Amino acid sequence: MKIKKIILIIYFSFFMSLNADENYRDVSEIYKNLRCLICQGQSIADSNSDFAVTIKLVVQDLISEKKTNDEIYSFLISKYGEWIVYQPSFSKNNFLLWTLPYAVLVLGGFIIFFIVRKNKHNRVN
Amino acid sequence: MRVSILKIIIFSFVFFSLFVLWQGLKKNNNYDTKSLVGARISNFQFTEINNVNKSISEKDLKNNKFTLINFFASWCLPCRTEHKYLINLSKKKIKIIGINFKDKKKNANNFLKELGNPYNFVGKDSDGKASVLFGVYGIPESILVDNNLNIIKKIIGPIDQNQYNEILNLIK
Amino acid sequence: MLSNIGIGLVYSILALSFLTIYNAHLDLKIINTTVKKIIYKLSLFQITFTILSFFTLILGFINSDFSLVNVYENSHTTKPLFYKIAGTWGNHEGSLLLWVNILVLFSYLFLIFNHIHNKKFRLYTLIFQNILIIGFVIFLLFNSNPFNSLYPIPLEGLGLNPILQDPALAIHPPLLYVGFVGCSIYFSAALGSLLSGYNGKLFAKSIKVWVVTSWCFQTLGIIVGSIWAYYELGWGGFWFWDPVENASLLPWFAITALMHSLIVLEKRNVLYYWVIILCLLTFILSVTGTFLVRSGILNSVHTFASDPSRGIYILVFLSLMIFAALTIFFTKYKKETYDFNIKSKETFILANNWFMAFFLATVLIGMLYPIFLDVLSNIKISVGPPFFNIVIIPLVVPLLFLMAIGPKFGWIKSQKKIFYKILFLILGSVIINLFIFNFFGKYSFLSNLIFIASIFLILNSILDIKKFINNKIKLELSRIISHLGFGLLVFFIGINHQFSLEEDFNLKVGEIKKTNNYEINFESMRIKESKNYKAIVGNFKLTNLKNNLVEYLDPEIRIYSNPETLTYEAAIETKITSDLYLTMSNVSRSDYYNIKFQKKPFMIWIWISAIMIALGGFVQLTFKKNES
Repeated sequence: MKIKKIILIIYFSFFMSLNADENYRDVSEIYKNLRCLICQGQSIADSNSDFAVTIKLVVQDLISEKKTNDEIYSFLISKYGEWIVYQPSFSKNNFLLWTLPYAVLVLGGFIIFFIVRKNKHNRVN
Repeated sequence: MRVSILKIIIFSFVFFSLFVLWQGLKKNNNYDTKSLVGARISNFQFTEINNVNKSISEKDLKNNKFTLINFFASWCLPCRTEHKYLINLSKKKIKIIGINFKDKKKNANNFLKELGNPYNFVGKDSDGKASVLFGVYGIPESILVDNNLNIIKKIIGPIDQNQYNEILNLIK
Repeated sequence: MLSNIGIGLVYSILALSFLTIYNAHLDLKIINTTVKKIIYKLSLFQITFTILSFFTLILGFINSDFSLVNVYENSHTTKPLFYKIAGTWGNHEGSLLLWVNILVLFSYLFLIFNHIHNKKFRLYTLIFQNILIIGFVIFLLFNSNPFNSLYPIPLEGLGLNPILQDPALAIHPPLLYVGFVGCSIYFSAALGSLLSGYNGKLFAKSIKVWVVTSWCFQTLGIIVGSIWAYYELGWGGFWFWDPVENASLLPWFAITALMHSLIVLEKRNVLYYWVIILCLLTFILSVTGTFLVRSGILNSVHTFASDPSRGIYILVFLSLMIFAALTIFFTKYKKETYDFNIKSKETFILANNWFMAFFLATVLIGMLYPIFLDVLSNIKISVGPPFFNIVIIPLVVPLLFLMAIGPKFGWIKSQKKIFYKILFLILGSVIINLFIFNFFGKYSFLSNLIFIASIFLILNSILDIKKFINNKIKLELSRIISHLGFGLLVFFIGINHQFSLEEDFNLKVGEIKKTNNYEINFESMRIKESKNYKAIVGNFKLTNLKNNLVEYLDPEIRIYSNPETLTYEAAIETKITSDLYLTMSNVSRSDYYNIKFQKKPFMIWIWISAIMIALGGFVQLTFKKNES
């Protein structure tokens, strides 16, 4: 019980300065997912280049036209190719990309399962 | 036996991966949009830089067998080097539309007065947003379209002698 | 002259490697338990010459000796002394010399600190390590030689990129290389163990300290790199899943798995071949990462200048390494019988390996997939932070739970009492999470799980500390510290991600921008002149509208002269509860400046927790006698 009180006190003093701001997250999340075509590995969010500035304006326009995130990405992909988005699509091309990690997970699980099962009967006391 | 199959699988997989990495070394990892051809350009509208009442849209391009849309600016150095090819092209069977990108009217006019005006129409794109409709990400860039408004060729950077010849070939 | 000395020393390292291999080969035939004295002498000469060669290069940088191409390309007379020295390893060729130094150093140390171990094992290890050394020295001499000379000798150098002139970045390579390159020794030891048929338990004992050491330094190296990125690069983030970052993470996952598996091997003498695989895999991943980053095959913010010939060489070396390792492994592999208990520590350590393998596979696939797709179908895609975050983060939740529960189990069957304690703590974590959720802001279901899981780990670790102080449990202080650090890290990153504020807008001097929470006043601008740069400094007054507290921040745009570069210096105000982060950049052809303002909660705690993780490892090294 004492621990809980201490934790509560710590929280009150620590978390006073927190606030969640919903409005601006949308835009910066989109900016972070877009790749700057003329920079060496920077996102639109982090780049100060001309191209980044222009893309930000275009995205802001699209948002005010009530376009969804997916629509914005599709639009930019149609103009600049898939390279411009950091999140690869879940398509025929990228199928292996998204599934192989989980295949490894499942494979690992099987291996452990069989090792443990094989020795259920060889328990050391 | 099981171990032998596993050995073969692992060895082949490793060999294959190393081979792909070796091939990967030869590839250029700088991205460009040159391969994004074949699609239809989207609908657009530009006002003329000197006359706000005059404008151009995609409908006006349907009458041309070929149109070259060239994105340029007075402050862009490579735009100067490619300009002579544009002047030459303007005398061939091709309409050239110039889009003045993030520029000031006075500077653009001086630029054209100094180097010549190869354009049938000079549109303005002061904030650069319209260029995104064409998938432009730097200047100069030029897009060759046919009368169905399909993109035949994209030229990233200034037009050089080789590309000039290629364009001539395509518009025969 | 330095050039000749340097090259001479490097050739002597090469010669000593050949001599060592030859003598070790001869000594293998002698059946006794002592290694011939000459081998010790050769190794001592080797490390001496290697360190001397490194000092030669450092001397070249200190003296601004531009007869060396490497010094000319990467230094300048006006650079502060500290950065002149750090410039030695801040470039490709110099860092390669650092690699060789660590390879040789670990070779020597392993030899002299393992007297109690089997002679054949030690000799084989020495042979393989020296083969690696030969490979790297040849690469250095014929492709990336830091001692190449230049004539006529230029009067001034090209300078070092100013963003690399930072204390964190100066120590980042040495730290990271002790990790990256240090794992070479247990790669060699694994091959040595296979060829000499060494006992699993003894093998584990021989490499344990090297594994933990390389893990600690790798962890610290990654952290320091992130700290540098946060303070220097001006985007306010610290991890971008960039190829260079991923390349350092790949071996880290493997070493973590290895470290845990060693516990099992040492205690129960099982998992021998799995440990061998991990030892081989770790260094293979290091070299793979080096290949991906230095060959130019990947596009990244912080790649070294790339050169295709480098890539070919490293790829050939990597291929030889992998095929040799695979061949020896399969030749010597014998089927092992496992003696396992389900509800024991062993299963949990297997689970740790399982998760590490998954994370490793994900990062590796994410890095390699674009290359494979491009080569095989000529399609270019980007695989960036969203991919890694989406795949990895959900699995961190079960990992956190396992990290908390696993240590509770003993090596033999365990009691039921644990179950109720666990339930009680889960309940506590859920309550604390609900508290945060209610009072501070809504977040996604996954985030809820992350918070619950990390709080659970934190609570468990705190209770373990209490038990440790009361001497109720055996001394596992290092594990407690590292696991607690990890729990805190995930927790603070979660809070930081959920509750960060970001604003991006343009301002002219004298203008004020008001957001929901802050008022940002671009008060004035001034010019600052410093030793090797000129700066435009913006003076900003930030008022927190909730409590009327005022902060002054001064971001800069710096123009360096040698080499001519433009950098953006963020103004960072670090407080206990959050960081205020402000960057300013000019908008071309305009009077406006683009301002990025961020408020990042608990940044300093993220660094502290991360360092805590590494600290646990260091505690292990210093108090290793007490580990049960």
